[in-house]
Amino acid sequence: MSELILETEAARSASSSHPVRLCSRADLVAGSGIVAWHDGHQIALFFLPGRPEAADRLSHSPEAAGEPIKPPEAAGELYALDNRDPFSGANVIGRGIIGDLKGELVVASPIYKHHFRLTDGQCLEDPSQRLRTWVVRWNGDDVELLL
Amino acid sequence: MTHAPATTHTPVATTDKPRLLVIGNGMVGHYCLEQLVERGAHHRYTITVFGEERHRAYDRVHLSDYFSGSDADALALGEADFCARHGIDLRLGEAVTAIDRSARNVVTECGRYAFDQLILATGSYPFVPPIPTPETDDSGHARLVYRTLDDLDRIREAALSLEDREIRRGVVVGGGLLGLEAANALTSLGLEAHVVEFAPRLMPVQLDAEGGDALKRQIEALGVQVHLARATSDIGTGDTHRYRMNFADGEWLETDMIVFSAGIRPQDRLARECGLEIGERGGIVIDDTCHTSDPGIFAIGECALWNGQVFGLVAPGYTMARTAAGCLLDSCEPFGGADMSTKLKLLGVDVGSIGDAHAATEGAVSYRFIDEAGHGYRRLVVSADGKRALGAVLVGDNSYYDTLLQYVQNGIALPADPASLILPQGEGAPLLGADALPESATICSCHNVSKGAVCQAVDAGCTDLGALKGETKASTGCGGCTALLKQVFEHELESRGVEVDRSLCEHFAYTRQELYGLIRVEGIQSFEALHARHGKGRLGCDICKPAIASILASCWNAPITNPSLVPLQDTNDTFMANMQKNGTYSVVPRIPGGEITPDKLIAIGEVAKKYDLYTKITGGQRIDLFGAQLHELPDIWSELIAAGFETGHAYGKSTRTVKSCVGNTWCRYGVQDSVAMALTIENRYKGLRSPHKLKFAVSGCTRECAEAQSKDVGVIATENGWNLYVCGNGGMRPRHGELFATDLDDTELLRIIDRLLMFYIRTADRLQRTSVWRENLEGGLDYLKAVILEDSLRLSGELEAQMQHVVDQYECEWANALKDPDKLKRFRTFVNDKRSDPDIIAVSERDQPRPARPEEIAALAVEVTS
Repeated sequence: MSELILETEAARSASSSHPVRLCSRADLVAGSGIVAWHDGHQIALFFLPGRPEAADRLSHSPEAAGEPIKPPEAAGELYALDNRDPFSGANVIGRGIIGDLKGELVVASPIYKHHFRLTDGQCLEDPSQRLRTWVVRWNGDDVELLL
Repeated sequence: MTHAPATTHTPVATTDKPRLLVIGNGMVGHYCLEQLVERGAHHRYTITVFGEERHRAYDRVHLSDYFSGSDADALALGEADFCARHGIDLRLGEAVTAIDRSARNVVTECGRYAFDQLILATGSYPFVPPIPTPETDDSGHARLVYRTLDDLDRIREAALSLEDREIRRGVVVGGGLLGLEAANALTSLGLEAHVVEFAPRLMPVQLDAEGGDALKRQIEALGVQVHLARATSDIGTGDTHRYRMNFADGEWLETDMIVFSAGIRPQDRLARECGLEIGERGGIVIDDTCHTSDPGIFAIGECALWNGQVFGLVAPGYTMARTAAGCLLDSCEPFGGADMSTKLKLLGVDVGSIGDAHAATEGAVSYRFIDEAGHGYRRLVVSADGKRALGAVLVGDNSYYDTLLQYVQNGIALPADPASLILPQGEGAPLLGADALPESATICSCHNVSKGAVCQAVDAGCTDLGALKGETKASTGCGGCTALLKQVFEHELESRGVEVDRSLCEHFAYTRQELYGLIRVEGIQSFEALHARHGKGRLGCDICKPAIASILASCWNAPITNPSLVPLQDTNDTFMANMQKNGTYSVVPRIPGGEITPDKLIAIGEVAKKYDLYTKITGGQRIDLFGAQLHELPDIWSELIAAGFETGHAYGKSTRTVKSCVGNTWCRYGVQDSVAMALTIENRYKGLRSPHKLKFAVSGCTRECAEAQSKDVGVIATENGWNLYVCGNGGMRPRHGELFATDLDDTELLRIIDRLLMFYIRTADRLQRTSVWRENLEGGLDYLKAVILEDSLRLSGELEAQMQHVVDQYECEWANALKDPDKLKRFRTFVNDKRSDPDIIAVSERDQPRPARPEEIAALAVEVTS
């Protein structure tokens, strides 16, 4: 059932790529997360304000498999993950602390403290759990979701 | 079961390996085989083992389990195919009848077996005194013994033969260790058990009079009747029961069966008959290498006599087994005697006996603790000069055993007050420091890992606690030794000049205390500044961010809602509410001292009603409102603040509550105004952030209704002022607060609390409560008193000033946030949508909302769709 939904969504995002505005820069919280609603999905948005040397460091780090992540922009990095914590079933990922562990950007779920990679949603403690991710981008001061 | 072949059997050695025979497959015999295999002896010798019993080796120590669920298989030692796997010929049910030393043969009913080396592990047999029994009785139920599984089967048969009787009674003769085990077995069979002991007390070898008395009371409370100082002169036929035991003093006792457990005798018949040297009162004489008077024959375990002593415990037998196994492989570790200290559970009662339990040493002095209410008893025997522990007796609580054993076995210098080692402690007996422990000290008793083994692992290059556990197995059993293991490990690393990694996390190679110092000294105000100067990595993580946020708050007390502080906080601090399991929050307004006006109560009620919140009174005399969604928090707090409330910091590692009783304003017993003092304390320290939460209480008199002794800071009124208790704890690991200062006036009290809390904040570890901090504080309570009360570090002015700064900076965080629309933008469930989280579903229970359970949510979904 859930696989089927994911497949249709994947197919949709592959076929048509239309941007949806989620919020503005002023809605974001630097170094932390907020949550946006889109079409029944709760999307946790994390915002790392631009730091030149940090951007440099990240561009050298190996990317996770799949869609290459856009290099960080001066405007700051954005990451979009599913807000639902699979371990508690609560919609809380957007309220986790973000950080880096062994060079990888992560968010720690506030309920049971599992870490999820910002780039691809992979849980570091449990290989079987991976949060859905979305592609988001800046459009001026707006944050857009690409579908 | 392997049974011996009926034909005469003369084995021919199939290889030219020397032949090693072992007679006896009891606990020591089996352990010896394991030691031989571990050393590779099965590759060098052809090994044959004879067991008289039909069962393979089993655990005799837990024999009484046979009647409470364990069968022979459950009691069996080692894997069933142990011998087969290692090419050892195990011949069960084949008794050896003679040893022919000149022909180097042993003789069994099946044949002769040649040997080059022979190990005797024949054990012992129960001593049955020559007491006359009724001539007409051939059941044998008057002379049962308790030693083997077959003995137990006979006891069970005897019990079954009594099934038609209303009261079935069994007597055990002998109140020693095995006798009490036997009594336990009779109880398990549903018999009324009696113990008859010749000596004037139970366990006369291990216990003194008071200890024996405490044990007697405890086991009598369990329904076992004890008859002391009774010598059985003869056994006749009974009136109401099968037998009547007549005692030398003219008393008598009737019973249906009698089990003798009046001591053991070494099983030395074979050795005696083949001319080996035997002790005057039995036992095969052995030397330090466990050799008998024949250099090709060893004897180990309870059949052996070393230095005029037979050891009736399994541990010395195991030591002998290692010695013999080593000798056979040219690496003999001499047997040097054994400590007869023992700890065990008899009928569920802890009993321990260490060293010179009877204070037989000249000039020995004893300390005793007697608990007549709980029938507990502890005795510590020390040398005449009071410097060394010689022995101990424990009845009722063996948690003191390990530490006392270390003192006795290793001659560790006693503390100034030796009695403290046996006095009741909130946390059990005080532990020894890592450096005071000798190499032989047992760290992990589950896996018998000594401090020496930990040192060896460290010497071999182990610098990681996890790896150490894997290597030594220490702390992988019950886990009770985890703290001690860590302490010893770190101490050993440090003493070898290895730097112990106490880094907070991968981003900061500093301890919390060091970071606190850096922040203070360099006047650092933000995480970014600290990270840039002293950190690694890019962002930090969920360990260092909240810890540093807490230090910054403790030092400078800037509003945690400031943008630079927001990303550092755990969600509770970020949103100033407590996240619950479904992602909603609970809200706790401050109710200082638990005192609240009717109007404020009504205001809370109205808010709860309006936002449909579940309401519960907390243990800290406040009211917790559950089930608020993120976007509701600002509205809820606007209303609470308008009604005169402030934030309660229930979400922070910070001052929580000051619980109080009603005090002398109302109470006829109160001697001070405890509510007023609670208000003063709560209003002074509210908003103080610390390594962990802080709980306070003030009681208005010594009846202690506010339970102040279980708090980090507890204040109890006296006629003359206040007594201060510190570092108490409730919760998972309760600890009584310790009396810190007495009869203080209001000003003195606050000054001391100022200093104490700031010193804790400065020196504690991350997430370390005051109780654990105090326990780990080198120098203990005396040191803490010296620092805080006598200002031994010349710190008090600084500590007081730092606390005053925090107090002056206080601002209600919710009031601060509500003033600033920018800070409130975070309090939106969805940044682009006004809806609530649709996955949060509440149902009603006892007229209040609560989160729906997964199955209830599933049921609701079905209702909606159908």
